[in-house]
Amino acid sequence: MTQTVIDFVPIWMLILGFGVFYYVLFDGFDLGVGILYGFAPGLEARNLVMNSIAPIWDGNETWLVLGGVGLFAAFPLAFAIIIPAVYFPILVMLLALVFRGVAFEFRYRDVAHMTFWDHAFCYGSAIATFAQGIVLGAFIQGFEVDGRQFSGGSLDCFTPFSIFTGVALLFGYGLLGAGWLVLKTQGALQDWARRHGRWCFIGVIVAIAVVSVWTPLMRAEIARRWFTWPNIAFLSPVPILTLLLAYWEWRSLNNRSEVAPFIGGMCLFLLAYIGIAISLWPMIVPYRFTLWEAASSPSTQAFLLVGTLFLLPIILMYTGWSYWVFRGKVRAELGYH
Amino acid sequence: MSLDPVLLSRLQFVWVIAWHILLPAFTVGSASYIAVLEGLSLVTGREIYFRLSSFWIRIFAVSFGMGVVSGIVMPFQFGTNWSRFSDATANVISPLLAYEGLTAFFLESAFLGVLLFGRKLVPRWAHFIAALMVAAGTLLSSFWILATNSWMQTPVGYEILDGRFFPKDWTQIVFNPSFPYRLAHTVVAFYVTTGFVVLGVAAYYLRRRRFLEEGRLMVSMTLWLLTILVPGQILLGDLHGLNTLEYQPAKLAAIEAHWQTGSRVPLILFAIPDEARATNRDVLEIPVLGSLVLTHDPNGTVRGLKDWPADQWPPVAIPFFAFRVMVGIGLLMLALIAASWWLRLHDRLFAAGWFLRCCELASPLGFIAVLAGWVTTEVGRQPWTVYGLMRTAASVSPSLTGADVLASFIGYGVVYLVMFSAGLFFMARLVRQGPAETGEGEAPIESGRPDRPVRALPSEAEPEVESGRAS
Repeated sequence: MTQTVIDFVPIWMLILGFGVFYYVLFDGFDLGVGILYGFAPGLEARNLVMNSIAPIWDGNETWLVLGGVGLFAAFPLAFAIIIPAVYFPILVMLLALVFRGVAFEFRYRDVAHMTFWDHAFCYGSAIATFAQGIVLGAFIQGFEVDGRQFSGGSLDCFTPFSIFTGVALLFGYGLLGAGWLVLKTQGALQDWARRHGRWCFIGVIVAIAVVSVWTPLMRAEIARRWFTWPNIAFLSPVPILTLLLAYWEWRSLNNRSEVAPFIGGMCLFLLAYIGIAISLWPMIVPYRFTLWEAASSPSTQAFLLVGTLFLLPIILMYTGWSYWVFRGKVRAELGYH
Repeated sequence: MSLDPVLLSRLQFVWVIAWHILLPAFTVGSASYIAVLEGLSLVTGREIYFRLSSFWIRIFAVSFGMGVVSGIVMPFQFGTNWSRFSDATANVISPLLAYEGLTAFFLESAFLGVLLFGRKLVPRWAHFIAALMVAAGTLLSSFWILATNSWMQTPVGYEILDGRFFPKDWTQIVFNPSFPYRLAHTVVAFYVTTGFVVLGVAAYYLRRRRFLEEGRLMVSMTLWLLTILVPGQILLGDLHGLNTLEYQPAKLAAIEAHWQTGSRVPLILFAIPDEARATNRDVLEIPVLGSLVLTHDPNGTVRGLKDWPADQWPPVAIPFFAFRVMVGIGLLMLALIAASWWLRLHDRLFAAGWFLRCCELASPLGFIAVLAGWVTTEVGRQPWTVYGLMRTAASVSPSLTGADVLASFIGYGVVYLVMFSAGLFFMARLVRQGPAETGEGEAPIESGRPDRPVRALPSEAEPEVESGRAS
């Protein structure tokens, strides 16, 4: 093969890492809003809750395609091993997202069956989230690999740990969704969002604590990564920051701040994301293949990088603008007639 | 009976892609049609183009939404069910697919919102530009997807190391031998499909004496377009066939059910191919015409399937019949257009009830032809995923059992039936409502799917968005 001057792997790691995190945060909060939708008191509240994400949810979901195709393009070996290993969670997630997506459209065109589409929206959001949590848990646990292929069974991904991360993600996305609703609503509905946000927050903190204990017990390499000298000193800011943030988030859910719960939730996700990255680095197929081993050929990565570096900033600027235009509280009179 | 994960994975892929392909078959054509209407409205200033454009934009929005949702499923199929194929070919095909995703995403976020909801918010020329860009975007998506598909049919520009494909020349990979023909043939097929939908809708109005002006304009415009495209499509199909003869002769032999190599071969109009005995039953054929059509020379040699080992034969009956369905529909379309010219010259185009009825019945023909053509080319590619190099049986994810795939297949089956029937129902309702009602300004935004920021710019329709911040 040809010798290349530039190593594209770190660039693609950053792009893909950013893309996946963007998806988790942004589709995370609108899936979370969908989960909370099921608990919303009354029709008017439900309309408001759905309105708050109506203009932006589809843009958020498109990042799932970019994430999937990006993994396929930049780290195809990881794609070829991980995706079949989580065959059923992926299937369930896709079908749930289909239902949830069309529920947005059809709820207003098909008033006769509004309750059906309401359920499709809420359960679709919850099931998709749970399935993503299972993918996360299975990913952290690692996969049975033979050569360049997944060699386990399609049900291997369902373990106590992955079920736990599935439930944990329900609380996590719920917290993001509640933060978003605090930002976008006011009055009684905002109080309702804060109340549910507090429950989700407790779930998230328990989940972070349990995963932080469970993973080093499960994999010796993770314990070594965190608890050997000098790593323990370098990495200690991660848990310390998490604790400080948790305190701040709890306070902001209880006082009158409007933006802080959403920001705090996102920062908690960032720290958890960094924590998982530290545990697994430099693996992309955990405990088997590194980023470099799973990377596509330099020619492939270069060919795609040209267009990505051009298109991605434009997409991001436009997305930012669309959030700016839709800033402010949602109101009952808006939309949906 | 044991469940075969390869067969079930193929059936599942057929199911999800067959539904999905129906949407681009309509959105590619209608996006261009909308751009033309917008352009005409801008240049002539005539109100009717504006009404028609607004009407088709609404239908376009529903179909585009369904296309996006069913499209999200597609890239994951490569991973879940075809992981060996993904591992082997990713270095070559993954950037093509990724470019499709980036382009589609880029256009969706940037221009679709302006097209769907920006009528009152941007100047008319900007709305026209948005329509042009969306049309260009659907064509670019087709470009990348068909480049990928064509490379699987006629792979070039690669080298094989350790059983995996590596790129050597990106120009060759993208512009591989079958790509130009496939792209032209497919895009024209999408245009023709949309043309017959528009024609059918217009005929529906004319027969019920509603929206007469709109109906007449749509019938006349569309028939002009189809007069050029349908014969052109038959010509393109012939060229594509010559290309297949050169690069995928076994596929062509299956399409024509030719078992023996020979010159002056007949053109088989109908037969029952018998794959076990490698012969045809109940044959209806025209002597020598086969060589003439396929090689453009009465003495031309056409290779038969027996030139290849039987384990490299594609299924014969499926491409053979699917091809005849496609060609038959092409000829039906041609007949309808010839009839339209006879009526037009006798000034009876909008008066002949039987003709309008035929146009109504013909509206799904394009979709059937697209599916038949796609079955012909994809089943004809078998038993390979990468033609001549990688077998379908060696492409499937090794971890899957038959029961796994059966379960997922049922899941996709149920969900797609619900989703597509609901979508079809809503589109039919939009058609019944007709252009006048939908033409009145921008309908209230009913959902978030294609909903885009422009709608929140200060406007009489939605002033609350901006004002809510103070409270």
